Amino acid sequence: MDPAQILPVLLGLAVISPLASFVVILLFGPRMGKHGEYGAYVAISAIGFSCLLSFIAMFGVWLPNHAHELAGDGHGGHSTEQHGSADEKEVSASSSLDVVPVAYLADKTEAGHATATGEHANEEGHAKASSDHGHGAAASGGHGTEHDGHGEHDINGPPTAYTGVYYLLGKFGDLRLEISYYIDSVTLCMFCMVTLIATLIHFYASGYMHDELHDITDHEVTLTDGSHLKRPGRFPRFFQYLSLFSFSMLGLVLAGNIAMVFVFWELVGVCSYFLIGFYIERKSASTAANKAFIVNRVGDFGMLIGLMALWSGIGTFSFGDIDYDGDGVKEKGLFSTVRPAENDYALTVPDRMVLLSARDEVDQFVSAYRTDHPNASQDEVQAAVLANVENWRDGSSGTHYGHWLLVIAGIGIFCGCVGKSAQFPLHVWLPDAMEGPTPVSALVHSATMVAAGVYLVGRFYPVFPPEALLVIAIAGCITLFMAASIALTATDIKRVLAYSTVSQLGYMMLALGVGGWLAGMMHLITHAFFKSLLFMCSGSVIHAVHTNEMPEMGGLRKKMPVTAYTMLVGCMAIAGVSIPFVVGFSGYYSKDAILEQAFSLLDHNESSWASIFFVFAAGGAAMTAFYMFRMWYLTFAGTPRNQERYDHAHESPRVMYMPLVILSVFAVCVAWAAYTDLLIGAAIAVLVGILAMLLFKSSSAGHDSHSVAHGHDSHGHGDHGHNDHGHDEHGSHGHEAHGHHGGQSEAYLRYLILGLGVLVLVIGLLWMGAGWQNVTLASLLEQSRPVGTTRSVTGVMVDWTWPDEHLSHVPEIKVPVTLLAFGTAMGGIALATVMYGFGWLSPSDVRRQFSPIYSFLIHKWWFDELYDFLFVRPTHVIGRMMAGFDKNWLDWLIDGSAKVTIAFSNFWERLADQTIVDGTVNVVSGWLYSLGVSLHRVQTGKLRQYIVFIAVGAIAIFLLVSFFWSPAQAVR
Amino acid sequence: MNLMLFGTVTVAQYMLVGAVLFVTGVVCMATKRNALGVLMGIELVLNGANINFIAFGSKYLRPESLGLDGPLIALFVIVLAAGEAAVALAIALNFYNNHTTIDVDRADDLKG
Repeated sequence: MDPAQILPVLLGLAVISPLASFVVILLFGPRMGKHGEYGAYVAISAIGFSCLLSFIAMFGVWLPNHAHELAGDGHGGHSTEQHGSADEKEVSASSSLDVVPVAYLADKTEAGHATATGEHANEEGHAKASSDHGHGAAASGGHGTEHDGHGEHDINGPPTAYTGVYYLLGKFGDLRLEISYYIDSVTLCMFCMVTLIATLIHFYASGYMHDELHDITDHEVTLTDGSHLKRPGRFPRFFQYLSLFSFSMLGLVLAGNIAMVFVFWELVGVCSYFLIGFYIERKSASTAANKAFIVNRVGDFGMLIGLMALWSGIGTFSFGDIDYDGDGVKEKGLFSTVRPAENDYALTVPDRMVLLSARDEVDQFVSAYRTDHPNASQDEVQAAVLANVENWRDGSSGTHYGHWLLVIAGIGIFCGCVGKSAQFPLHVWLPDAMEGPTPVSALVHSATMVAAGVYLVGRFYPVFPPEALLVIAIAGCITLFMAASIALTATDIKRVLAYSTVSQLGYMMLALGVGGWLAGMMHLITHAFFKSLLFMCSGSVIHAVHTNEMPEMGGLRKKMPVTAYTMLVGCMAIAGVSIPFVVGFSGYYSKDAILEQAFSLLDHNESSWASIFFVFAAGGAAMTAFYMFRMWYLTFAGTPRNQERYDHAHESPRVMYMPLVILSVFAVCVAWAAYTDLLIGAAIAVLVGILAMLLFKSSSAGHDSHSVAHGHDSHGHGDHGHNDHGHDEHGSHGHEAHGHHGGQSEAYLRYLILGLGVLVLVIGLLWMGAGWQNVTLASLLEQSRPVGTTRSVTGVMVDWTWPDEHLSHVPEIKVPVTLLAFGTAMGGIALATVMYGFGWLSPSDVRRQFSPIYSFLIHKWWFDELYDFLFVRPTHVIGRMMAGFDKNWLDWLIDGSAKVTIAFSNFWERLADQTIVDGTVNVVSGWLYSLGVSLHRVQTGKLRQYIVFIAVGAIAIFLLVSFFWSPAQAVR
Repeated sequence: MNLMLFGTVTVAQYMLVGAVLFVTGVVCMATKRNALGVLMGIELVLNGANINFIAFGSKYLRPESLGLDGPLIALFVIVLAAGEAAVALAIALNFYNNHTTIDVDRADDLKG
């Protein structure tokens, strides 16, 4: 099976499927079952289908064809025999993920390996990248794509990518607007991540949103008569928006040109507007939706400028090279224009940009050339100009012409990403966006909308000059530090997560900005898993206690163990907990990679400013660990602070907590490498599981008699005396949650932990058996490393050096940074434990001690107030001034001119209409009337008189005619 | 005058007879108060005209004659006269029924 043909179809279908669901629910939503409850099934099956297709594309098409290209860290050697013998194991390895259909995969893998081995041999001959010009053609003989090995070459060639056009929308001169695709391993990773998380969130939402299945009284909306708003449920509408959102995000990821990205970009924006404003009647929700939308438009304005700079300077929007006219020659896309093979894939300002920027010099050159060569033809002049482009480009004539245009383009594109990914200074919308339902927060703030910005920076990476990278790094650095510091004091559980998201997005941007492409993209994927997990856990908590405020919670661990422990996993993942150098949660791998690259930047530059990035990133890591565990302790540990809410609390229904369990597995091991981490980690998991089993067994054994006495089951942790009234009196939450309380749930839980541990172990073994030792998240992403970025670069306007990312893996950097990261994370966790776990250090004392800082942080660095002062108020003042001008001057002018017009027309009516027009008509009619009056006497009624008249008249005419006219004259 | 009375018969003689008939008819219409008299005058006028058509239609009298058009128009005029007589007599009868007279001077009900 040729991946070049099958991948676009698979992924295209995966994109279309949620759109179809959107249309179906849009048309038939309210009629689908009672209150549209089947709308959820439609949406879930659509996104589930997309997920299935994405995993088929990844494990059935991509890996069988490209797994051999992956370079493992120090495990580069892999034999082709393993590929051949591994088919069966590979199948079961993947099927244990419960996603890939076995039969399908079996077909794919066999077909894949046959071509893969041939490709491999082909590739060895191209290790030297400098003699690489014919390489693309040679590789495309096999697959119709460009291949290159990603070993430790000095210079990497273009990554493997499938490009093509689905549909040409329009062509205006050189400008092509089209629906095209660009598929590489990043695209596939994003597809798998987005669809998997979206599927789980859809499942989760079908439980979370069940309130919407009947009429709702919204207690947060008070009408003018003092009562609460009553409205019909909007269950299908929610899923309709979710489907559209998934479609937009998948389309954005698949897009093969920046114009199409922009279209889906805006679609994502409008979907977030719909979803954040889902409770539209609440003032806070509608303003939050407006804020998100407007702030994003500010960023998009910059993006439009970037698009224009790109269009004028390069003349194409397409990412990759696409053969448009079918002549076998690929037209150059953005990446190969900016990083041409002739220049060893180094960043090169395109000719057109240079000529545009240096047009005065070009004019001078042309006139000088014409005086020297008076007989030169137009073509010769053009050739001479092109021959001289290099001088303008490389700055030998004093200026690097065109470079600034590329910087503008890069920063412009980044502006869009600033808005979408909530970077400083446009981060303000994201915390407010928590007004949406929690599944939306999970989807928007982990896998889709905010990921879109980082994804675009990563996708556009080859085009960013070092100066733009510096801007990205600075924005990311400020964002991560600021948001992390705000999260320290937030008390709203979702706002802690929101600021945490902003902070982690800052990490990603920082990573990309300091040259850590892989680190940034990896953190994007790992963060998506643990942040959606955290959000969904918080949603589960909110679902149970009906408040967002952590001071109202506490001790919930006993009421909702699954939520509590999955959330603990999420916290540990985001904090990057690890056994250094051995194994860790997924955050450990990506965050350490970011810190290593930041340290590498500091290592390679003399400037002391370069150290800021590392210092802030490390400080942010400590804060991350602190605020995450603060949140966990405040929510789940200690004693209940609000007894009533505690009594109402209950574990969420299975449809809500199963996604948490699945996501927690991914949050732990998505970044693991099969050959070591997976085994060690799974062994630890099994150990923990057995330990938990033993612990639970002993505690619940002692507990059984106790629960009989109370007439209900409680959780075997003691301290449940306040639980005395049975759960049944809270019948308003009449879902299956109550069935899972107590001993049953505990047995379930410990088997779950053990089972998951064993499952991971089995997957690890099978994965190794499949010969996919090198297939890790990192190596998979590395496969799509943007062309020309495995080298250190130095800026033109700033003299910093951005080191090659591979240089950050040397032991001199890796060892201290890993230890430091471990130390900061542990320090943060320890401090949180001391303050909130054991209560040895009273938070309120700390708050009093640092009250200025506290007030600064609790007011979110006064950003909202600052923007209010800087932008909103001046706008209001200008608006009022304009309104005054309008009322006093413009209205006066318009009213005056109206009056003048009326007066003039009155005058003119009297003058012209009444006298001239009417007068004429009246006079003529008067004449005609008197004529008629005078003639009516002739009509006597006397027949004989008439005859005499006729006779006399005829004779008279005769006489007259014969006097004045003779026939002779007429003849003549 | 001599030529007219005693020379070869030409169109002129016919026209003379026609003119006499025509004028007689007109005078008759203008002088008679009896509606039947007026009708007779009309017949005279029509026949005066007919004689002219016949004369102009005869190729014996005039080589460049109207040909068959002359008698044909005359025939039409006769038909017209018949129809006209029928209608006029009906009007006269009705008029008599209403007014017990057929004096045309009394028929001035429609005057303006």
